[in-house]
Amino acid sequence: MSKLIDFVITSIKVSLTGSKKYYAWLASLLIMVLFGAFSYYYQLKYGLIITDIRDQVSWGSYIANFTFLVGVAAAAVMIVLPAYIYNYKEFKHITIFGELLAVGALTMCLSFVLIDLGRIDRMLHILPFTGTPNWPQSMLTWDVIVLNGYLFLNLLIPGYLLYKAYVREPPRKWIKIFILISIPWAISIHTVTAFLYGGLAARPFWNTAVMAPRFLASAFTAGPALMIIILQIVRRYTCIGKPGCKLVVTDRALFTLAHIALISMLVNLFFLGSEIYTVGYAATSHLAPLKYLFFGLEHNGVHYGKLQPYMWAAITMEIIAAILLLFPKTRKNFTTLNIACIFAFLGIWTEKGMGLIIPGFIPTPIGEIWEYYPTLMEIMITLAVWALGFLVYTLLLKVAIAIEAEEVVHPSAKDKEMPEAH
Amino acid sequence: MVDESRRDFLKKAAAGATAAVIPFANVRIPVIDVTLEEFFQKHYKEMSDDDKKRVIERLKKEYKEKYGIDAEIKTTPPKEGVVWGYALNIQKCIGCRRCVYACMRENNQSRASPKDPTKSEIQWIRVLEIEKFKIHPGEEGKDFRTRFGEIIAGVNLEENEHYYNPEHVPEEDKFYVPIQCQQCERPPCVKVCPTKATWKEPDGIIVVDYNWCIGCRFCLAACPYWARRFNWSDPYLPKEEINPKMHYLGNRIRMRGVVEKCTFCIQRTREGRYPACVEACPVGARKFGNLLDPESDVRKVLEKKRVFRLKEELGTQPKFFYFMD
Repeated sequence: MSKLIDFVITSIKVSLTGSKKYYAWLASLLIMVLFGAFSYYYQLKYGLIITDIRDQVSWGSYIANFTFLVGVAAAAVMIVLPAYIYNYKEFKHITIFGELLAVGALTMCLSFVLIDLGRIDRMLHILPFTGTPNWPQSMLTWDVIVLNGYLFLNLLIPGYLLYKAYVREPPRKWIKIFILISIPWAISIHTVTAFLYGGLAARPFWNTAVMAPRFLASAFTAGPALMIIILQIVRRYTCIGKPGCKLVVTDRALFTLAHIALISMLVNLFFLGSEIYTVGYAATSHLAPLKYLFFGLEHNGVHYGKLQPYMWAAITMEIIAAILLLFPKTRKNFTTLNIACIFAFLGIWTEKGMGLIIPGFIPTPIGEIWEYYPTLMEIMITLAVWALGFLVYTLLLKVAIAIEAEEVVHPSAKDKEMPEAH
Repeated sequence: MVDESRRDFLKKAAAGATAAVIPFANVRIPVIDVTLEEFFQKHYKEMSDDDKKRVIERLKKEYKEKYGIDAEIKTTPPKEGVVWGYALNIQKCIGCRRCVYACMRENNQSRASPKDPTKSEIQWIRVLEIEKFKIHPGEEGKDFRTRFGEIIAGVNLEENEHYYNPEHVPEEDKFYVPIQCQQCERPPCVKVCPTKATWKEPDGIIVVDYNWCIGCRFCLAACPYWARRFNWSDPYLPKEEINPKMHYLGNRIRMRGVVEKCTFCIQRTREGRYPACVEACPVGARKFGNLLDPESDVRKVLEKKRVFRLKEELGTQPKFFYFMD
């Protein structure tokens, strides 16, 4: 027990000490969080009126970002699975980065859902004993279960493994059970999130069976793309890969991630194409939201098409990313690889964030066209949640790297070798 | 069994907590502006008669302080053997929107404030203006298709105008379709609610416990008739415009961050009166009654007229029927 307390204290110390650059990074994130907190105070005081969400478009930036980030969290499985099931050595060192990214992403997901509530003071009404959860009927109650379960798994697994490394003991077998559970669990979080929308017959744009598969494909593109960027940044600014450091992130690991992103991107574009074909060829009333998204809608001589430029930009970026990832020459060149990753990430963020949530509401089920565009306060709150997620991820990474690189160790285990399983 | 007793125990413990809180019941949580008593309030269906009485006393006091009115808040239960149904004659409707405003006055919806732009008007009834028909002959196509142009007619939920505003209604070439909560027998809004804050009463009315709703707006997304409204801010209600005759599940004054909707005027219909929109209609286009009573107005319409319902294909089974003479 005293070892565990020491682990926690050391972790906090490690996460809060660093170079000037590190402090500057933390401070800038913190400032963004504070700006958002200030805006959120107004939202609490005056209601969601400070956003541009209204009866016509009743979910906006918060839920769009939530949806996208559930995908980022689920994408951790793309590192865990090859590492543990196929024993892929190159991923062994980076699994922890994936799992901790899931923690950061889930922090954002849960924050976005809570911020979107009209009555946060009543959030306990969704839990058993303190409330009356409409389970199994309501998909939102399922989402509470799978998201919190996944957060638990991704805190437990890296937490336990880091602790064992800290005290230089081999991890026990039981943790393997949790690692195995975490794989299908990752799939479940994004499936349930897709089912939130896919189950609504009132919204033809969402009411399609391809929703969950499409969600997973786009998640396994955006997640690895983000990992590739983050791993390069971490490699540059920490001890990783430097002489004398026990921790390495190989180029091969990054290229394998790029390969995963490529295949997922192609599958994602295929699903998107299937959806566009089915809706477009049948050309029933289901077409209107899609038409709004790409071409805008005419109504009584007025053109509504605020999302048009974003959507075309997203599709263009996705296709460029797919092409750059497709050819080994551009995939294995870090400049083009990074362009591909940034484009893939931004493209999918647009396509399955705002590009999925907003047109679901346009036109309304009884034909009104009302356009949504986030307010400044809404954007500030959204950015703050992103900053909070990166803050959490940074602090966790700092600890993970220090322990894995054997920079810190429990005093009683100083002379011991790091056991094999790490 | 074990689970049951555990649940029981926890419920009692929770009730104990509520009782213990009462000395501080009036303490307000800052910013969200909620008293502790309100914070610990139970779901309407789990309240005892005493609980209900206490809550209603609190609400009356609150309304007195905030709006200066003496409200009467009932909890009249549904009658046995009654399932309410509605029928609307779209041939008679002239699109005057008197129902819309009668509904607002009756049900204490938020009004637009002349001073505060964040306070907006909430309406439960939306009247669509639809052109009787539109025929564009089109031209012979030069490609492999022949273009026939466009023919639009009938109750079209995509080609309509929500904000029509001519000098006089009805206009020659238009007809009007008012839409409000269709009181579905299989309501998607109830299915998706994560907290059971909205449910179908035994007389078929979908109600909301405004003090249990968490404001997630899943029901707004799930409703195929766009019948639900959200309180984006605290409602604005001038004292003299408030209807003091209220029902807990109906027209009592709402708060910011919760969902509301048409209840077929539960505060009237459960006392044997017609909904306000039925009374306000100058042309008698609106019929209301007990679907289980063969002599009721709505049953007579079902028997004698050809009726249709909106979005029948979604399987929601509305108890709101449209018909023509």
